This record gives sequence, C-alpha cells and structure tokens, in this order.
Amino acid sequence: MDGIHDMGGMHGFGKVEPEPNEPVFHAPWEGRTLALSRALGYTGIWTIDQTRYGIERLPPDVYLTSSYYKKWELRLENLLVELGFAGADEIKAGHALRPGKQLKRKLTTADVPSTLSRGSFSRPAKAPARFKAGDRVRTKNIHPQTHTRLPRYAREKVGVVEAIRGCHVFPDTAALGKGDDPQWLYTVLFDGRELWGESSDPSLKVSIEAFEPYLEPA
Amino acid sequence: MDHDQHHDDHHEHGSELSEMQLRVRALETVLAEKGYVDPAALDAIIEAFETKVGPHNGARVVAKAWSDPAFKRALLEDGSKAVLSLGLMNRVGDHLIAVENTPKLHNMIVCTLCSCYPWEVLGLPPVWYKSAPYRSRAVNDPRGVLADFGVTLPAGTDVRVWDSTAETRFIVLPMRPSGSEGWSEEKLASLVTRDCMIGTGLPKNPKEVA
Repeated sequence: MDGIHDMGGMHGFGKVEPEPNEPVFHAPWEGRTLALSRALGYTGIWTIDQTRYGIERLPPDVYLTSSYYKKWELRLENLLVELGFAGADEIKAGHALRPGKQLKRKLTTADVPSTLSRGSFSRPAKAPARFKAGDRVRTKNIHPQTHTRLPRYAREKVGVVEAIRGCHVFPDTAALGKGDDPQWLYTVLFDGRELWGESSDPSLKVSIEAFEPYLEPA
Repeated sequence: MDHDQHHDDHHEHGSELSEMQLRVRALETVLAEKGYVDPAALDAIIEAFETKVGPHNGARVVAKAWSDPAFKRALLEDGSKAVLSLGLMNRVGDHLIAVENTPKLHNMIVCTLCSCYPWEVLGLPPVWYKSAPYRSRAVNDPRGVLADFGVTLPAGTDVRVWDSTAETRFIVLPMRPSGSEGWSEEKLASLVTRDCMIGTGLPKNPKEVA
C-alpha cells in the first residue's frame, strides 16, 4: 500500500539525531511489548509480513506521532482483534472474558534461546529464476492497496540484477495470510540519477531486494 | 482497565509512558489469561535482548575478518555460515550478508519501509535507525546523513546504500584503521562501533583506544 511507512526519498523530516548511550529500552513497557510480539509470533498465529502490514495500516497521523514501540503495541491490539484471538472488550477490560483459542505452540522460557536467531525464509522454487546477475530489469509501476515490499521510489526504474538471493516467502501474499507463495529474490542496483534525476549525487548507488513479480526485462 | 489497581506501580515520566505502561500490562494480562503467553518467557526474552544480543557480537565478527583473511573470504561468501562458525551464538539465521567497505566504496544500510536490521549481530536497532529522518534520507542524501553523524567521506569514495526490503540482512565490514597493526582480535573489536557496521560511522581511531 502507498502508505506513510514508505518513506524512502521523502523530504522534510529533518536531521538524524543519534542519542548518546541509548538504552536498549527507554521504558519497561517497551521491552514487554517486544517480548509479547515475539512470544505471539512464536505461536504461529501470524506471519512477520502480517505484522508489518499491521503497522502500515495504522492511520498516518498515528504512525507519525507514535513512538516505535507504541506502534507495535497498537498493531498487536489490532491484529489480535482482527484475527479473532482476543476481543476488543477484553483488551478494554484488561482481563480475558472468554477462553483462549488453542494455539499450535506456546513459548516457554526454555525455548527462548532458540528464538534469538532468525528463521529461514528460503522455500523450494516452483520455476527457474527468470533473471540472472547482470540482467537489466525495470521495476513495475504497481500500487497495490495491500502490503508490498517494492518501495515507491524504486517503481518503474531501470536497474541491474546484482545477485540472486534464492527463492523466498513472498511478503505481498504472506501479509494477507494466504501462504508462502515463494518467489525468486534479487538484489537490484540502481544509479542515483535513475532514482532521483539530475540533481542526484553522481556517486550514489542504491539497491533494493526485489522479488521476481516486481520485475520485467529492460 | 483498572487504573487504581496499578496506580502505585508505575513511576514513569510523561503521560504517554504511564498510559503505555498500563496499556501493555492490560494486554499482557489478557494474553496470559487466555493461555497465549507465559510471563516468565517474556522476562527471558527481555533479559536476552538486554544482555546477550548486541553489537558486541558484530564487533567480534569484524575483528575476526580484519585479522583472518580466510574468515573474511568466508564472511563475504556466506555471512550466516561464517558468523555461525565463530561460535558466538548457537544458531544464526539465514540470509545474513556482509558488505565490504573499500577506499573507493562506502556502504550504508537502511530499511525505508520499516526497521529491518541485522539484530542477531547488532542487537535491537537504535531509535534513529527507525526514525523518519533516517529512513527518508538515507537513500537520496546519504552524505547528508553521514554529516549528521559527523562523518565526511574522502572525495573519490562512492556511496552504496542497501535498502533492506526483504528478509536478507546486511552488515557493513568497515575498513581496518591504520595504526592497529599487530593488535589482537579482542583489541581490534574495541575499535568497532555499532554505527560503523551500519555504515553511518567509521571505526574508532586506534589512538583513542590504545
């Protein structure tokens, strides 16, 4: 979706302001929110792409004015209700009013160390890769209302395939809870001028990780 | 939500923090009562992210690459496999890619769409990495972003920005600073900052550390 989250190349947000000696969490609830998100992810009730789409669907004003973990917390509430794992009345009450659904698994303390590494998003390919390193490709001019990982700034641009990264879960499908729909993934490299025009830094190159459905031969 | 019950339990400043502390506690209560989460496991996750996962792991990877050419080749060939071989962690997720800085090329990592970050080796991302200024500007004004960090690249160094738009994750292998010849891996690791592995900083000057 062409949402506020798709920030690449926007103007007006000001300087980057690093915080010296930044703590891991700025308040206890931030860590709690992260832990709740990870523990729920472990149960298999949603995919990582569904959670990203959950953040993207927050209203733009909420997105821009909420802290990072506040967005996570709002997203958790919304997804739990949307997917039927908790009621809005329960969240409001701060207590369960009905028994929970049976989940595939539940995170225990003993499982936590194994969740400190990322899983694999590689999946068997249904067809050979359409492109190879060195191929010139053009990204499509697509504007799906739902989740996509093709950023606006890199649509309808010509780049070069730099590497094939394997066949991966396709976020545009997985975000809708419709399965893995594996697709080939490529690193596609663009000249700054292709993306930003004549005023671009001439020494700039930018790459995106592009799924095959985003690309056509150029 | 029962505000009175929790009134004495929180001491944060600012209404949003207090409101959020209560809101998250209410949510956790619902989820624990429904049998979805175990509060003890939540404690363990938080402890791990506060103590075990962090940029000290990435610094060891970089220091090893600086001092062992065979490891450096392996790292650039398959980041996940090479990092696992160091034994810093029991498992390393797939798709970790190390990108090498040279005198002619400076790499910078961003996620313009959300906050994708190589957290297994760098820990949780800092607030600025997740902020609108960084995510918007890194792809079209990386030298301006570097200036915000007080970094100026030499003329003749090109900039390459990696937008983390999939599940591949990137870590920058910075250039080893001169003046660190003969240093142990442990001492080399003390030169490696989090920011230099994102590409918004450079390693420390050995004179600062020696």
